[in-house]
Amino acid sequence: MAHGWEMQHDPAVVVIGEDVGANGGVFRATQGLQQRFGAERVQDTPLAEAAIAGIAIGMAAQGLKPIAEIQFMGFLYPALDQIINHMSRLRHRTRGRLTCPIVMRMPHGGGIHAPEHHSESVETLLCHVPGLRVVSPSSPARAYGLLLAAIRDPDPVMFLEPTRLYRASRQEVPDDGRALPLDRAFVLREGADVTIVAWGAMIAETLQASAELADTGVDAEVIDLATLSPIDATTILDSVAKTGRLVIVQEAARNVGVGAEIAAIAAEDGLFDLLAPIRRVTGYDTVMPLHRLEREYIPSVRRIVDAVRGTMADPR
Amino acid sequence: MRTVIEFRVEYLQRLDPDGNAVGELPAFARDPDEVLRMYRAMTLARAFDAKAVNLQRTGQLGTYASCLGHEATHIGIGAAMRAEDVFAPVYREVGTQLWRGVTMREILLYWGGDERGNDFSGPRADFPWCVPIATQTLHAAGAAMAFKIRREPRCAVATIGDGGTSEGAFYEALNVAGARALPVVFAVVNNGWAISVPVAAQTAARTLAQKAIAAGIPGLQVDGNDVFAVREAMSAALERARGGGGPTLVEALTYRLSDHTTADDASRYRSAREVDDARALEPLLRTRRFLEKAGRWNADRERELLAECARTIDAAVADHLAAPRPSTDAMFDHLFANLPERIREQRIAARRHAGTDGH
Ligand SMILES: Cc1ncc(C[n+]2csc(CCOP(=O)(O)OP(=O)(O)O)c2C)c(N)n1
Ligand SMILES: [Mg+2]
Repeated sequence: MAHGWEMQHDPAVVVIGEDVGANGGVFRATQGLQQRFGAERVQDTPLAEAAIAGIAIGMAAQGLKPIAEIQFMGFLYPALDQIINHMSRLRHRTRGRLTCPIVMRMPHGGGIHAPEHHSESVETLLCHVPGLRVVSPSSPARAYGLLLAAIRDPDPVMFLEPTRLYRASRQEVPDDGRALPLDRAFVLREGADVTIVAWGAMIAETLQASAELADTGVDAEVIDLATLSPIDATTILDSVAKTGRLVIVQEAARNVGVGAEIAAIAAEDGLFDLLAPIRRVTGYDTVMPLHRLEREYIPSVRRIVDAVRGTMADPR
Repeated sequence: MRTVIEFRVEYLQRLDPDGNAVGELPAFARDPDEVLRMYRAMTLARAFDAKAVNLQRTGQLGTYASCLGHEATHIGIGAAMRAEDVFAPVYREVGTQLWRGVTMREILLYWGGDERGNDFSGPRADFPWCVPIATQTLHAAGAAMAFKIRREPRCAVATIGDGGTSEGAFYEALNVAGARALPVVFAVVNNGWAISVPVAAQTAARTLAQKAIAAGIPGLQVDGNDVFAVREAMSAALERARGGGGPTLVEALTYRLSDHTTADDASRYRSAREVDDARALEPLLRTRRFLEKAGRWNADRERELLAECARTIDAAVADHLAAPRPSTDAMFDHLFANLPERIREQRIAARRHAGTDGH
């Protein structure tokens, strides 16, 4: 929907990727666009991710605004050379002469019984790269507003779309062309006792956990990080100053994850507000399992509730 | 100007759609028992495939990539290889894998979402399924390099789809294999489609076989619905590779009669007419006709064979469905030879959390 709005209003916007044309993308995110805007502005590329990222750079540097789809995040890797060595730094290298207003969209994360390599959460790889914005929506409405913002942003945005979101959520979203801000976290639920930071698909489990906690008298504040890099430290630190407790929920493996960065921010700039040690609820430091065990890997509501209860019980 | 080099791409067919021999048949095709063996294997692959699709539809299997229509290509490749050769498949080569001794239970485990399916009890040196397109072609080149360094008379075979030939890794594999005269054969399974993208949208090249020419290696096309032609071309390529003659690219022209996977709906992007036309050329029918003409097959035998396939498959399915769910330890086991301490702690934590997902 955001694609359509922006293509309608900005002739520079083009869509490329594998199966984005007649098929409308494997998750139907680009459905109907080729019929509406033609096979030149909505193009199926050959099956080559390095090519997708590389031609996006070429097109962007010459005035177009490509929205490039990588079919699943697990197939991003051939494109990383182009993204890291060129897309993220063309502006910097050319002192602002050539730029990359590109959105790289990709399905992210597990929980839909997909085959091998289709369910990983590897946002950390991208968050570590200077010059990239990394964004992940947690609902259809947020996907609409954040995608519009990403397309309009003058720099490359890695847009990670939770696969569970395509399947689970049905939500009426007004097609009004209104963008949400990038680089800003959203407080989804206000609370006084503990701050829980999550993003993407894990927001669903986190909200469920906070509802359960409310029943037992624990008032959690839930923050949707939304932009994973750069992190909106202010919103998190303000919340921690209020609650004194911080739990971070991420689907990705624990080691060097975005959660570790948030914990570091809280330790560096919010330590004296903390009443208890920070806790992380994460995927494990192992390969995302095939689907029979994927739900054992993805943090469950129970694990989040346990972590919050743990932090509430922690002596200061 | 003078011509520096010219090239041509040949096309091999040994069995026409009516089951008539084309040209002189290779020795294996003149041995009716051998033809029967291949026909049985093709029939088993098709029956197994239909069962797997069914299991998916009834929620007993994850997403599955059907091999319907590819049986001649898959069995032709398998039958040309020696047991000690190494196979690097993509994700659709059920026929080749069954021929090489991968069990139905393993195939079902894998698509059922269980890593144990990759631990082949038969071809221990074969590579597992390979979902990241084209990456496997370099593994095959590397395996071939190992055989060459150790002077072993073994070959590697990689399959790759038509879409896969657009990936950089494919060209890198062809190039290194040519540059080092590696004992590897690249079997390009051109089934017309890469999900919704037809071959003509992948490349301006008239054939995929000619992609070999730029790497300095021979490339040819075969009728991929003709098990004789596939096996003959693959055998010749393997013999050449084994003898130190270097790699070959064999492009098998076939057709994906099914949806891309059970998660796909091909009616969104291709016509029923095209599929019907392709069905008339499918590989089992012509092999059966050939056998019938040779007096080696009839309706009774066909019925017996199908019943026998069904029994084999049902037993494998029952075995698979009875497989206990892996414990959470399976997520951590085999990550490293020696699991680091922090991760050992996570393995214990995962046991504690087991079953708390509510799903
Ligand atoms: C590197 C990579 N990119 C994208 C995909 C998603 N994908 C899976 S199969 C497929 C099409 C493959 O077509 P082809 O190579 O012709 O093989 P076929 O499925 O027809 O056997 C795509 C795009 C993938 N698995 N790996
Ligand atoms: Mg194909």
